[in-house]
Amino acid sequence: MSRYDAMAYDLRDDVLRIIEAGGGGHIGGDMSVMEILVSLYFCQMNVSPEKPDDPDRDRFIMSKGHSVEALYAVLAKKGFLSIDEVVSKFSRFGSEYIGHPNNHLPGIEMNSGSLGHGLPVSVGMALAGKMDGRAYRVYTVLGDGELAEGSNWEAAMAAHQYGLDNLCAVVDRNRLQISGNTEEVMGEDDLHERFRSFGWNVIDVSDGNNIDRLNAAFEAAKAVTGKPSVLIANTVKGKGSAVMENKASWHHHMPTAEEFAAIRADFAARKEALSC
Amino acid sequence: MLNKIPNRKAICDTLLEEAAKDRNIVVLCSDSRGSASMAPFFEKYPEQSVETGIAEQNLVSIAAGLAKCGKKPYAFSPASFISTRSYEQCKIDAAYSDTNTKLVGISGGISYGALGMSHHSAQDIAALSAIPNMRVYLPSDRFQTAKLIRALLKDDKPAYIRVGRNPVEDIYTEDSCPFEMDRATVLRKGGDVALIACGEMVRPALDAAAILEAKDIHTAVLDMFCVKPLDTEAVIRAASGAQVVLTAEEHSPFGGLGSMVSQVVSENCPRFVQNIALPDAPVITGTSQQVFDYYGMNAEGIAHSAEKLLEKASRA
Repeated sequence: MSRYDAMAYDLRDDVLRIIEAGGGGHIGGDMSVMEILVSLYFCQMNVSPEKPDDPDRDRFIMSKGHSVEALYAVLAKKGFLSIDEVVSKFSRFGSEYIGHPNNHLPGIEMNSGSLGHGLPVSVGMALAGKMDGRAYRVYTVLGDGELAEGSNWEAAMAAHQYGLDNLCAVVDRNRLQISGNTEEVMGEDDLHERFRSFGWNVIDVSDGNNIDRLNAAFEAAKAVTGKPSVLIANTVKGKGSAVMENKASWHHHMPTAEEFAAIRADFAARKEALSC
Repeated sequence: MLNKIPNRKAICDTLLEEAAKDRNIVVLCSDSRGSASMAPFFEKYPEQSVETGIAEQNLVSIAAGLAKCGKKPYAFSPASFISTRSYEQCKIDAAYSDTNTKLVGISGGISYGALGMSHHSAQDIAALSAIPNMRVYLPSDRFQTAKLIRALLKDDKPAYIRVGRNPVEDIYTEDSCPFEMDRATVLRKGGDVALIACGEMVRPALDAAAILEAKDIHTAVLDMFCVKPLDTEAVIRAASGAQVVLTAEEHSPFGGLGSMVSQVVSENCPRFVQNIALPDAPVITGTSQQVFDYYGMNAEGIAHSAEKLLEKASRA
């Protein structure tokens, strides 16, 4: 078990602070994506708040922009932002800490919010890297419900056409979206075959809330040349607390005071269990 | 002899010349390199060319990603598609994320004549202008087009440029093409009528002024290639010095140059303003010129409208 699994629980607590202070947020997806972000920012990506404009930095786009509270928590831990400032300003009048990524803030490359943009923009970034002979990698995290947006598949075609092995997408496969189960809203099994048929290297991450498995998958992706990679990270929406796990209604549910207390207790117990 | 070089070719020639000095210039097409006159660029600079296939949303997003990594992308697609099919990408990836993405709408307006409303872009000025941080340019002839592209290459902000498919008669010459970025070019001065036009309506506006002059009606003509940011000072100056104002644009009557000029005139120097534009309906089938003639969007039609408006103003 990686020490970063414990960090993910600390950051989940930060997400609760952000949502509690701001009066709302997309809590379910924040929790499912947390280990993916921790793995990327603390184990995989070459990014640093000291060199935010380094032309060789790895690029990241949060395509599922509604999980911005998780991104804020991770960017703060990494040193790009101050968590206290995020908490005090999130969703407040005149604030730059809005409910989707805002590239006026340090560490955020592109604005998102509307779905189906991250992968196409990532293709452009990866192409630029190839044109300039730079070794950086481009990462983007997509929601599974987001894959119904057709623009993703335009980008999937182009990424294969241009052999963008410096591009790695991650699907936060939590199997729930705002209206319910992804397979009932707009089914996408077998997602692996869909990406394979578009010419992608597909890596299944059986537990997408496990840092070691995510790291192993990212490393495997780096070893593949000539085509883009996608990690299908099987995650749990609302991960960390039985109060909200696998419940579609928690897509953007605002917890009550009692629910906040129960979730915090669950997080503490799960973190404790990690060290056993 | 009439000019045979369309504005789109002037863009290609300019980018070909500049790309020799700047390897960050990248041209993107969505199976549209022929229509865009950009095939020579793809041949000469394959490493600086990106084909996205028939995928206009991807075209704009890829361009934005390239721009974010230091490239200077020019994304070409028929204006009808890039302005509506890719509208959200223009809004979010180009404008909202503030990337140096240059969007070129080719075969704009009703250039595709008889191909029908699917291929017409009579909404692009309104649509793109309504996006914060998006500029909108409609150059009038090949010389101005080249100057505009050179000016745009020097900045790092998003912009939309609309050009037509067919060659248009020159307004300027190789040696005489006054150009100042975001400033309208004053083509004529006159104290009776102020004619403000953009894109391919500048030529008939200028010809209308000559018709009016023969009737002793003195007409100022502005080439408002910069529809957004509109040169409001030039509008106020021209309108203040005239009895009536007419605008001419190859666009819907709503939300384009006419709407913008009306706002400025009504707020600063109230005059009668008439907007000469396409109808709020699928346009009649025909070549561009046949369609313009039918709706009075030619020199005679504009001159006739100006006279009528002057009469109306004198009765008011």
